[in-house]
Amino acid sequence: MRAPDDTTIKAGQTLLSVEDVSLSFGGVKAIRGVSFDIKKGEIRAIIGPNGAGKTSMLNVINGFYHPQEGQITFKGVKRRKMRPHDAATGGIARTFQNVALFRSMTTLDNIMAGRTLKMHSNFFWQLWRYGPAEREEIEHRHKVEEIIDFLEIEHIRRVPVGRLPYGLQKRVELGRALAMEPELLLLDEPMAGMNLEEKEDMCRYIIDVNNHFGTTIALIEHDMGVVMDLANRVVVLDYGQKIADGTPDEVKANQAVIDAYLGVAH
Amino acid sequence: MLYREAGQFKTNYRADMAVFPILQDRIGVFLILLVAFAVIPFVGSNFFLHAIMIPFLIFALATIGLNILTGYTGLLSLGTGGFMGVGAYACYKLATVFPEVHILVWVVASGFVSAAVGVVFGLPSLRIKGFYLAVATLASQFFLSWCFIRIPWLVNYNVSNAIEVPRRSLFGIAVTGPDATPQARYLVVLTVVVAMTWIASNLVRGRIGRMWMAVRDMDIAAELMGIRLLNTKLLAFAVSSFYCGVAGALLVFLYYGSAEATAFSINQSFAVLSMVIIGGLGSLVGSFMGAALIFTLPILLPHIMAALGIPIQSATAEQISFMVVGALIIFFLIVEPHGLARLWQIAKQKLRVWPYPY
Amino acid sequence: MLCVKPYGMLCKIFVVPFYEMWDLPDIFVQTLWEGLVGGTLYSLIALGFVLVFKASGVFNFAQGIMVVFAALSLVGLHSIGVPAFLALILAAGIMFVLAYSVERVVLRPLVNQPDIILFMATFGLTYFLIGLGELIFGGDPKVMITKQLYIPTGALSFDFGGGRVELQKLDITAMVVASVMVAGLAVFFSKTRIGRALRAVADSHKAALSVGISLNQIWVIVWFAAGLVALVTGIMWGARSEVSFALEIIALKALPVLILGGFTSIPGAIVGGLIIGIGEKVGEIYWGPLLGGGIESWLAYMIALAFLLFRPQGLFGEKIIERI
Repeated sequence: MRAPDDTTIKAGQTLLSVEDVSLSFGGVKAIRGVSFDIKKGEIRAIIGPNGAGKTSMLNVINGFYHPQEGQITFKGVKRRKMRPHDAATGGIARTFQNVALFRSMTTLDNIMAGRTLKMHSNFFWQLWRYGPAEREEIEHRHKVEEIIDFLEIEHIRRVPVGRLPYGLQKRVELGRALAMEPELLLLDEPMAGMNLEEKEDMCRYIIDVNNHFGTTIALIEHDMGVVMDLANRVVVLDYGQKIADGTPDEVKANQAVIDAYLGVAH
Repeated sequence: MLYREAGQFKTNYRADMAVFPILQDRIGVFLILLVAFAVIPFVGSNFFLHAIMIPFLIFALATIGLNILTGYTGLLSLGTGGFMGVGAYACYKLATVFPEVHILVWVVASGFVSAAVGVVFGLPSLRIKGFYLAVATLASQFFLSWCFIRIPWLVNYNVSNAIEVPRRSLFGIAVTGPDATPQARYLVVLTVVVAMTWIASNLVRGRIGRMWMAVRDMDIAAELMGIRLLNTKLLAFAVSSFYCGVAGALLVFLYYGSAEATAFSINQSFAVLSMVIIGGLGSLVGSFMGAALIFTLPILLPHIMAALGIPIQSATAEQISFMVVGALIIFFLIVEPHGLARLWQIAKQKLRVWPYPY
Repeated sequence: MLCVKPYGMLCKIFVVPFYEMWDLPDIFVQTLWEGLVGGTLYSLIALGFVLVFKASGVFNFAQGIMVVFAALSLVGLHSIGVPAFLALILAAGIMFVLAYSVERVVLRPLVNQPDIILFMATFGLTYFLIGLGELIFGGDPKVMITKQLYIPTGALSFDFGGGRVELQKLDITAMVVASVMVAGLAVFFSKTRIGRALRAVADSHKAALSVGISLNQIWVIVWFAAGLVALVTGIMWGARSEVSFALEIIALKALPVLILGGFTSIPGAIVGGLIIGIGEKVGEIYWGPLLGGGIESWLAYMIALAFLLFRPQGLFGEKIIERI
């Protein structure tokens, strides 16, 4: 069931790499000199105890936080820091730990909003909603309906997402990220707070996205069972530092990882 | 029974995304427009046209303008009056300096002037948010008010320090100035308002509207999706100020006839904001309803009270309508934060399933 | 005079005002003093905002009209024959009734709504109080009962730098009263049980609820405190000019004060108020004539706006780290 063969990924191209990234807020060091890479087509997990700097790492990758040191190479372009707009146009999409949907908009509008960057009709046509503007709306509506189909959320198309239960909100958020047709999809705890059935559904969507669209995925997850099943490679952070990096089996056997999770005095 | 959508299947996305996907709505809107264009001007009394319909429509336009900024984009503004004033003064200057050019051209042009000013005062919205931004818009309001009073050039050095609307005509019929009939002015205002409402509806339903709402609901997520926050907010400021500017120009040229700086004071800003709140944040239909309620309340109140057997003076009526508006705002926020527009939606929904409860 | 032709305007902006300050120090000191007193009153209004914002997260747009309403109640009660000090107590009582009603009618049903909704509710409250105030007391300006409340009037004057500087006793009283009130509030916040509960509520409503603090009670208390601050502000301001609804617009000047000082900081409100007060007076006297005067109406907002662009978190606020 696992996505592309592990051996092909090992040999594959690097899509994104971070080198020696350090990030601090005032005196608090959130990330200290972390380097790792994400290869094209893989599912890469970032794990670690609470406060290890995982979300901060994602924030650095898509440009929401700007690291003080280090560099980020995405699709061969080296940068001191990412900017949110460059990340988005470059094909990085993400979901958030605490759902960050547009709460008063409908499911349909949320996912349509994900297409914003792909829509180009100018202001003049938008004014009359005629010609290119209208054609574009219809064309993108087709794409959005495909995503709605794929995620099986047809029934909530016209419901403002603020009214949806948590599990469905997570699914809509995935839909919004997919609407950007990303090359790299960042998922921040996609399964937090879900029951077993919802987790299984979400796993299936993630694998399908990876298989069918060939999307590279980086995900943060606390459920070790899920991580070991889904991921091709795992990077482990603790106190802002990288303590292990490798296949799920390697990581599982790593003494530093075991210490971090069981708690050893630092 | 009359309001049913059963049997109306949409076979393509174009039909599904229409403004009024339900046939009965389309008929309803057509009838309203028919009455507004072809019945009211010939049946309505001069008082009704001049004192109720014209100002109601103009305020509805200003309310749409503020709604684009506050309701759709979530940027609280207390400077609406100032932007309306920019439109009015710009239109006056343009129309007196170039009297041969068509007045409607200048009305639209004054909207662009107002939009430019709006963009300048919208610039701080990159760094500041929420209530802080509201204070920034207050800065624009007080600064613009000061300009209207202190710069006599704006009123061509009139002794009265007021705008005095010149005579202008359209197809040979006077539309501004003392001898324009209420009918002519009403039809001009109605045309402009209907056209601009249609454009606003196109904008908010498309990509731009979604960008505005995305910024309103969760600006960080919007930014990480590649929406440029500053551009989106500035566009909202520009479009909003454009609407307010045109409303201001219409207000002076087709309603007041002459105006001093006090017509665009902070109280005007507050009045338009209350129209937005009562009508419903983020609703175009609501903008009309809010404007109708707030504008007509002080006019109708004495009549209502008299009908109830309690005659009151007009000053008292104004004070009571202030209280009623305040109470209504609180009432709506508690019971239905989306204002009259949502009540209208609920009523339509009930009508759809009638006679069953759901 | 000192300005040479090509640099005329620059000189008028950057040199002449300072030269005048140095040349006529008595006028400069007088200006500073006027600004200080005006600033004190802005601080008092801002203080009312901060109290409510801290404890309930509500941006209380109605603070300005509360000042007007409190002062009108006092004057109105006295005008129908109530002795001055009894009227003062009754006016405080009216502010309590207002606080209680606001909590019951506005805040309680709107708990947990977004900030903007609560702001708009206080906007509605403003409308309501304007209508109610005009209905009961009429729209004309009133004279504050300064004598009857034994507030000293007249001026102290002394020679300074070749001229005379005049300090109104009224203004000195205003500053003393303001200082006493701020000190009292500081003690109340830090030393009493209710003060501690208030700070807890300010940090987190839910956490405060979970340890058994009654939100409703706290809200009534802070709104009442804001009402008392409004009453004091109304008396002082009324004594300096008159009691009228125009005060409600002037009270909006407290907003730039809040921007400078931060929405939750009491010292910020004080310092911000003084900066704005002095800044706008000095600006009006020394730079105003260049622009034709009257710049007092917007200068405060522009100062605050310029400041915001460089320090969005205010004077005393900490840098905000956005999380997602």
